[in-house]
Amino acid sequence: MAGTSEKNVDLTGIMISTPTEPGDWLIIAPMVICLGFGASLLMFRKETGQHAIVAMFALGLLVLSDIALLMRVLEKGVISMTMGRWLPPFGISFTVDALGATLALTSAVVAFIVAGYAVGSAGTSQRRYGFFPFLLLLMAGVSGSFLTGDIFNLYVWFEVLLIASFGLLILGSEKSQLDGATKYAFPNLVATTLFLVATGYLYGTFGTLNMADIARKAAGLRDTGPLMTLAVLYLFAFGMKAAAFPVNFWLPASYHTPRIVVSALFAGLLTKVGVYALLRTQLTLFSAERAVLGELIAWVAAATMIFGVLGALAQSDIRRLFGFVVVSGIGTMMAGLALGSPLGLSGTIVYAVHSMIVMTALYLLAGMIYERAGSFSLHSLSGLYASHPLLAAFALVLVLAAAGLPPFSGLWPKAFLVKAAIDVGAWWLAFAILLTALLTTIALGRVFALAFWRGPTGETGSAQPELSTHPALAYGALFALTTPVVIFGVYPEPLVQVAGSAAWSLLNGSEYIGAVFPSGSGQ
Amino acid sequence: METALSALVGVFFAVSIYLMLSKHMIRILLGVAILGNGVNLLIFTAGRLVRDVPPIIPLDLNVPQAGIANPLPQALVLTAIVIAFAFFAFLLVLTYRAYQTLGTDDTEHMRVAEPEGESPPPMSY
Repeated sequence: MAGTSEKNVDLTGIMISTPTEPGDWLIIAPMVICLGFGASLLMFRKETGQHAIVAMFALGLLVLSDIALLMRVLEKGVISMTMGRWLPPFGISFTVDALGATLALTSAVVAFIVAGYAVGSAGTSQRRYGFFPFLLLLMAGVSGSFLTGDIFNLYVWFEVLLIASFGLLILGSEKSQLDGATKYAFPNLVATTLFLVATGYLYGTFGTLNMADIARKAAGLRDTGPLMTLAVLYLFAFGMKAAAFPVNFWLPASYHTPRIVVSALFAGLLTKVGVYALLRTQLTLFSAERAVLGELIAWVAAATMIFGVLGALAQSDIRRLFGFVVVSGIGTMMAGLALGSPLGLSGTIVYAVHSMIVMTALYLLAGMIYERAGSFSLHSLSGLYASHPLLAAFALVLVLAAAGLPPFSGLWPKAFLVKAAIDVGAWWLAFAILLTALLTTIALGRVFALAFWRGPTGETGSAQPELSTHPALAYGALFALTTPVVIFGVYPEPLVQVAGSAAWSLLNGSEYIGAVFPSGSGQ
Repeated sequence: METALSALVGVFFAVSIYLMLSKHMIRILLGVAILGNGVNLLIFTAGRLVRDVPPIIPLDLNVPQAGIANPLPQALVLTAIVIAFAFFAFLLVLTYRAYQTLGTDDTEHMRVAEPEGESPPPMSY
């Protein structure tokens, strides 16, 4: 064989000598499952009859592996696995802490439930164009973003989820979809390109892309390197991905255009990946810079919250209204990042989990309303309380939860955030959170009052009501999403504990660094 | 050499931002394409430019010689090129299809998803 060397090369300094523990393979299981099944569905794209079964099986596996991963992280602390057993920082590391594992599990559960709703949808056109393969590839991108420990690898997963989301967004190719997809595609591509710009500068400054390696080298470079520039660039790029003010207008322009299952999936998952990336870069990598930027982030958060909900108040299409509520929730999550205290970050993490579930459920609710009343417009919706009392019950729970009223899951994170804001004397931020909660109650309460409580007005929607989704599956999906909202509302203890340990691990980088570089190896 | 390339990156960015500020989708698309190339050049420059010694370990040595070229930025740029190409292809088709279906490439007239002059929601019930 050509190139074989006669010498015995000493590999102990460049390879990891101990084999990966069997349990640690769970770290890459979510991506393997999603990419493997997603690719095989693409190969059998004409056998659409089998897609739903295979996808449900794959997403079920994904949920199970994420549960096992979260349990392992809670038991053992941060875990890491490096590809090819190359010693980090040379190999690409996947590093999982409680934050990543929690969000990965929540996203998997949400995707599983949405897929269940989609199975019941009679809209076979989406299946012919491949809804399920795109869904699995999207989940590969989302899971990869939550679990990777390498900043360039994070960029690659962002692109995987972005291209899958483009595919999902234009399924059906209606006029409004093409319009919405254009408004969605350009800003998102520019945002990921800015992320790449920041990563290029970061590589030029640090000479490494491993996040744990960056975190431990940041302290030494703080006096000489342009770390503040990097932190601001990441803030801008991920702020755009997360739809923070003033770069949030792509979201309400596009999220109402695709099929309702796609809207639900996007509203639940995509912006939260942006929030996760914000937390990861601003806290794990640039914690000192974040402390300086805190006030700016706080203003952005307050503006996102209030302008988001003001937008919601002005909408008559319920899907667009919910889109603005998603934006407003992003502001609430950024408030915790601005404060940077353990309590504030716990609030952000609990809110992210809550928002993933509730926003998805609200969009599914919108879809069910449309199938029963033939309209999304508040002008023509009426009398649903009398005709569909069960749907009204779910709607009431979701409206109260999204507004942050007890006894549902929205209450606790907002209470944490308000307390954390008052603790540091940021009374105006606490006021903004409470004002947003009030305005959200009005905006969503009006949806409930008009669509459900108002007596039939005689106005009919543009379309004939048609139950194109199997009612049992639709109600089942809504029930599955509403149950955790109620459980986390009355018994938030387990979620708060997990969020607390995630916040602790974000603020104390030593555990994250120690998982990748045990006892200071690889210096 | 780094200084000259940095200035070139700046030119790329200026051109692409100018194009992206246009209302016409085709110019925005060109701006995005140029931005992608600017970023690739940026990563390449950030990895420091060394051209004398290729990053290959000679047969009789265990470690590379001093002053070798940095191979990692090339791997990163290669990844970014492939991704940017895929996105450009998608956006090109999307733009063309949107132009065919909506009859315009002026973003100010693309108001199908967000119609102008919508009435506010009912104020009472």
